[in-house]
Amino acid sequence: MFLEFFYLLRARGLEVSINEWMTLVEALDKGLANSSLMGFYQLCRSILIKTESEYDKFDQIFSEYFQGIETPEDLPEEFWRWLNESDRERDLEDLGDKKLFAKELDELLRMFEERIKEQKEKHDGGNYWIGTGGTSPMGRGGYHPSGIRVGGKSRHKTALQVAGERNFKDFREDTILDIRQFQMAFRKLRQYSSRVDTNEKELDIDKTIDETCENGGMLTLAYEKPRKNTVKVLLLIDSEGSMLPYSRLCNRLFQAVSRSNHFKDLKIYYFHNAIYDQLYTTPRCKLYDSVETTWVFNRLDSDYKVIFVGDAAMAPSELYRKGGNAIIGLFNHETGMEWFMKFKKRFKKQIWLNPISKKSWGYTYGAETIHDIGEVFPMYELSLSGLEAGIKKLLVK
Amino acid sequence: MEFWKKQSKKVKRSSRMTSNMNVFNGSDNYVVTEELMNAVNVSIALKKPLLIKGEPGTGKTMLAEAIAESLDMPLIIWSIKSTTKAQDGLYVYDTVQRLYDSQFGEGDVKNIGQYIKLGKLGEAFTSDRQVVLLIDEIDKADLEFPNDLLWELDKMEFYINETKETITAKHRPIVIITSNAEKELPDAFLRRCIFHYIEFPDEEKMKEIIHVHYGDIDKKLVAEALEAFYKIREMKDLQKRPSTSELLDWIQALMISGVSINDLYESMPFLGVLLKKNQDIDTFEEIKTKGYSLRNW
Repeated sequence: MFLEFFYLLRARGLEVSINEWMTLVEALDKGLANSSLMGFYQLCRSILIKTESEYDKFDQIFSEYFQGIETPEDLPEEFWRWLNESDRERDLEDLGDKKLFAKELDELLRMFEERIKEQKEKHDGGNYWIGTGGTSPMGRGGYHPSGIRVGGKSRHKTALQVAGERNFKDFREDTILDIRQFQMAFRKLRQYSSRVDTNEKELDIDKTIDETCENGGMLTLAYEKPRKNTVKVLLLIDSEGSMLPYSRLCNRLFQAVSRSNHFKDLKIYYFHNAIYDQLYTTPRCKLYDSVETTWVFNRLDSDYKVIFVGDAAMAPSELYRKGGNAIIGLFNHETGMEWFMKFKKRFKKQIWLNPISKKSWGYTYGAETIHDIGEVFPMYELSLSGLEAGIKKLLVK
Repeated sequence: MEFWKKQSKKVKRSSRMTSNMNVFNGSDNYVVTEELMNAVNVSIALKKPLLIKGEPGTGKTMLAEAIAESLDMPLIIWSIKSTTKAQDGLYVYDTVQRLYDSQFGEGDVKNIGQYIKLGKLGEAFTSDRQVVLLIDEIDKADLEFPNDLLWELDKMEFYINETKETITAKHRPIVIITSNAEKELPDAFLRRCIFHYIEFPDEEKMKEIIHVHYGDIDKKLVAEALEAFYKIREMKDLQKRPSTSELLDWIQALMISGVSINDLYESMPFLGVLLKKNQDIDTFEEIKTKGYSLRNW
């Protein structure tokens, strides 16, 4: 039963499990689909799809499998004119004959095509022709529990082609690496210490036992300060220019980091290609949203773990020449490379995450600067395994 | 009251879908779509938790209240915080109290059972009536939290080590779980749920919601406010787009102050009610004058 649909969903990349499919079969047995295609569509979606970002993909596959759901493109011109001319819309309360049963899709489409051949003039308010405000299953602005809406806006949402409308297009994200995987990787970035300032107390079991024994068996409770993650992170993200193709990937990384609430502190700044006198507080890298790099140096202690995210691909002058700053109007007296060396001296641990895949580092645009920056900071590919390796590197004492 | 008439008609049609006694039909002060109603009924019929996602202010938490009210069942709310552990929902064994009691000879120390305090899930399992259990904002907790509840939600039972007792649900509770998508939930957990995403209400639905809250108010005010509101909602660059509750507050502010409502989008009084972040207000001004903003990518 619909088994091809199951395999089609899987073939199109929706990870529907057998359990979920069996649940759907059980639901159909119980008659939960309401014996209509719309009910079936809703039922499938609520059981098989677990995130709104896959609603769109599901809609597409659904309409692919249950083909012909979209209004046929080849509707003769005059039909459109008839439908557009008149604005007779049935009152929403006026549902017409409730005994109309949901028609099978095939039958409906056949009727629709027949009617296109037969119909010679405009018809509104009736129950047979394609027109407006009636109860025929075809037309617009009227009511039929399962019909074909031709033009106009959806009012009752019972028309068969809801899936064809692709309402969830905006939510779609083709996940290469999902945020959860990134988050799981970042969880490993922790170092515990009990030397944190807090009023919270936890029961110290060992000490309680000791003190109770000392006290001749009378219970004496001892508390200690809880152990807290002391990892502080300075995230520096290259933005604009050559980074635009990777913005989605970087955005996902950014979301994972900013949602990880276990860091003691998290600072995020942006730069463009290389770092000079300014760091930017927004990804637009505009001067009025900037802070002095030395100010950041002064405020953050050397324990901050620095994570650079960037393609490291730039003109060599941006790295090696005074005044190489690619943002016009900002002259730098110290070269980008000198600034990077300052970072290396200032902080104990740094890594560089590069969204360009590792196998092309040797020959892609900017191979030279990628190589040189890779000499200064340990460089990893911005992928799950690269991130995990990088985090290990950050935690080595 | 127009809407409720309409709602009840819809209900009559959809209640045919199952002969089950527990059919959710919406309630008097909660505007529910037919889609959502079906999702609720599917989850009740299949005895699986219903996972509700949606932007803040789309009424996720209120849904559970509405279900409890319409099915006349008690509602048990377990709101999740960042420190909540799965175990907290099952039971807590108060060892310290027992130790104290043993020292001072109070209470029946041999009876471990009296030191076992059931959590919200335990409460729902042991209730004599079927209840609605709301696990609110599950994404607030630790990443592994949902995985730790898989068995309990699947089998509707858990084991108390201390008393060697298995707590099995007397009546399988109707479980509603909400998430704001702060964290991604694990696959194994998702596979066991029925999922529904509450779409942000469109203008028509929003009018109904305003009507439910404020009754018959100035139509022009509503129209102008909605126009401005949806223009702001369309700005994808905002960090936090205003939601229903902010719109309702804004309309109330407009009504009380009695400011001129001609061309609200241009004058935008009380913008701070809609946009809570300074950057968003800047972004808004920028988009309004230039038509675009590059602040966030």
